Amino acid sequence: MNLIWQGIIEAFQLLIHGNREMLRIAALSLEVSLGATAVSLVLGIGAGTAIGLNKFTGRKFIISLVNTGMGLPPVVVGLVVMIFLWRGGPLGFLHILFTPIAMAIAQVIISFPIITGFTSASIQQLDSKLRFQILALGASRFQIIWLVLKETRLPLLAAVMAGFGGIISEVGASTMVGGNIMDQTRVLTTAIVMEAGKGDFGLAIALSVILMILVYAVNLLLTMIQQRNKAQ
Amino acid sequence: MSRDNSTNLSIVPLEAKNLSVILGGQKIIDIPSFSVFPNEVIVIIGPNGSGKTTLLLTLATLLKPEKESIISYWGQPAKYSSDILKLRRQFAVLFQEPLLLSGSVWDNVTLGLRMRRVKKDEINFRTKKWMERFGIMGLAKRQVKTLSGGEAKRVSLARAFVLQPEILFLDEPFTALDSPTRASLLEDFERVLRETKVTTVMVTHDRNEAIALANRVAILLKGRIRQIGTAQEVFSCPVDEEVANFIEVGNILHGTVISQNDGLALVDVGGQQLEAVSELSAGTRVTMFLHDDDITLSLLSTQTKVSSARNQYTGTVVKAFPIGSQIRVTVDCGVPLVALITRRSWEEMGLNQGQTLIASFKASSIHLIPRR
Repeated sequence: MNLIWQGIIEAFQLLIHGNREMLRIAALSLEVSLGATAVSLVLGIGAGTAIGLNKFTGRKFIISLVNTGMGLPPVVVGLVVMIFLWRGGPLGFLHILFTPIAMAIAQVIISFPIITGFTSASIQQLDSKLRFQILALGASRFQIIWLVLKETRLPLLAAVMAGFGGIISEVGASTMVGGNIMDQTRVLTTAIVMEAGKGDFGLAIALSVILMILVYAVNLLLTMIQQRNKAQ
Repeated sequence: MSRDNSTNLSIVPLEAKNLSVILGGQKIIDIPSFSVFPNEVIVIIGPNGSGKTTLLLTLATLLKPEKESIISYWGQPAKYSSDILKLRRQFAVLFQEPLLLSGSVWDNVTLGLRMRRVKKDEINFRTKKWMERFGIMGLAKRQVKTLSGGEAKRVSLARAFVLQPEILFLDEPFTALDSPTRASLLEDFERVLRETKVTTVMVTHDRNEAIALANRVAILLKGRIRQIGTAQEVFSCPVDEEVANFIEVGNILHGTVISQNDGLALVDVGGQQLEAVSELSAGTRVTMFLHDDDITLSLLSTQTKVSSARNQYTGTVVKAFPIGSQIRVTVDCGVPLVALITRRSWEEMGLNQGQTLIASFKASSIHLIPRR
C-alpha cells in the first residue's frame, strides 16, 4: 500500500511542478498520434466510402480483410514496419527507422483499417433509398460522396475517436520502430513501460495520468462536436 | 430545366422496349414495350412484390436494365455513362418515405437546385413559390427532424417540384401517411399535377389513388404489364382472372353461353342462367366479372315487379363481412354472389344471416371474356 501512496504523491508533485521532459514526451505523443489519425482519416474515409458506396466483385472479401485489420496486433504491425525500414530492408534507404515518422507510419497502419471499417459500415447503414433519392435529385459523383459523408458524420466522428484512441495508447509498435530514444522517440506509453520497469512508479503514474487526460480531452472535444451535430 | 432544343413536345417522353431487369438472378421486370405520353399521368398499380419499385427506379434511370433493354427519352435511347446525369436532372423522383437530408427545410427544398448550380435569385424565387404552394413557407428554418410525417411529405413534394421536372416519378408517395393527412395531400397534389401538366409516372398498390390521379392505369403483375387503359376500362373490363382478382371485382364466375341475340347473351352458370351484354356466340365457355357494388339487394316484399335489371335472383344470405362503412354480403342464389352494401342499408333493411332476398344486376354490369 505504501508503495502505491508514495507513487501517487510523487506523481502529483511531478504534475504540479511540471517537468520539462515529461511535457516533451506528452507533446511528441500527441504530435505523432494526431498526425497519424489525420493521415488515416483521409485514407480511411476514402477507402471506406469506396467500399460502402460501390458494389464490386470481391467486396465481401475486402470488408472481411478490413474487419480483421481493425484488430491488428500493434506488435505485429511494429515488426512488419521494422523489417521494411531495417537497413537491409526494402525501404531501408529511407533511413527513418527509430524516428517519429516510423512511429507515425506504424500508427497509420493500425488506425487506417479502424477508420475504413467504421466509415464503410456507417455508409452501408444508410437507407438504400436515401442513396437513390440523392441520386435522383441530380447529384454528381462528387455531390453524392459529399452528401453521404454529411449524413454519416455522427458515426464518422466515432471512427475518429476509435482510431485515435487505438494509437495513442498503443505501445508495442512504438517501442519497436521508435526505440524509446530519449528526446527523440520517447512517447507516453513507451516511457511508462520503461519507468515502471525501473521501479520508478511515481513517474510512471504521472505519465499515465497525463495519457488519460490527453485521451479524455480529445474524446471530450469530439463528443461535443458529435452531440452538437445530433442536437441540430 | 429546359430540354434540348432538338426535342419537341409531341415526341413521347419515355418509351421502353424489351425492358428486362434481373436482380439476384431473378427476372423482376419483363416488359416488351411501354410508353408514357406527353403530359399524361400514368399510374402503374400492382400488389406487393410485383416489381413496382424496381420498374420505377429503372424508368427513372436509377437502376440499369439488362443489355437488350432500350429506354428512350424524347426519342433518344438512354446511355448509362456520364451523360446520364444530364438526363436525370430533367426528372424528379418521390419515394414512399420523404427521405429528407439532415438540415433545415430550406436546405432540403433547395438541394436539387444547388446541385444544378441554379442562380441564387432563381433558387429563392422557385423555392418560395413551391413552399407556398404546398403550405410550408412557415417551416423554412425548421430542422427536418422536428417535422411531422405530413409536413415532411410536403417538403419532399416541394423539393421535387422546384426542379420543374420534365418527368415526375412517384413510388407510392402517399401510402405511409395517416388517412386525413393523405386525403388533404392527395387533393393538393392532384391540383398541382393538373396545373403543371407535368408528365407523371406513379406506382402504387392503391386503386383509389389511381382513380383519383390517372389518365391511364397499367396493371403490373409479376413484373409484367397485363393491362393498360383508362381507369374505367381497366377496372370494369379486366382482361383476365388474375387482373380481376387483383382489382377485386368481387365476383368471378365461369359459365357457357347458351344463346346470344342482339348482343344479349344467356349464360349458364352452374345451372343458374344469367343475362349479359356480349357478342360471344352460343357454346363459348366464358369467365364473367361482376363488381360487388353493381349488385343491388332487395327484400322480397318490396321488390318492384318491373325493373330494368335483367338479372334477378332469389337467394339467402350466407355470409356478411364488414369492410369499413360497408358490408360485403354473400348471397347464395344457386351461384354465390358477393354484393357490397352500406352498413346503413343493412340495418334499415333489417338483414341477417339466413334471410331470403333478391339480388339484381344489369346485364351490362357483367364483363364477359372467353375462357382459355
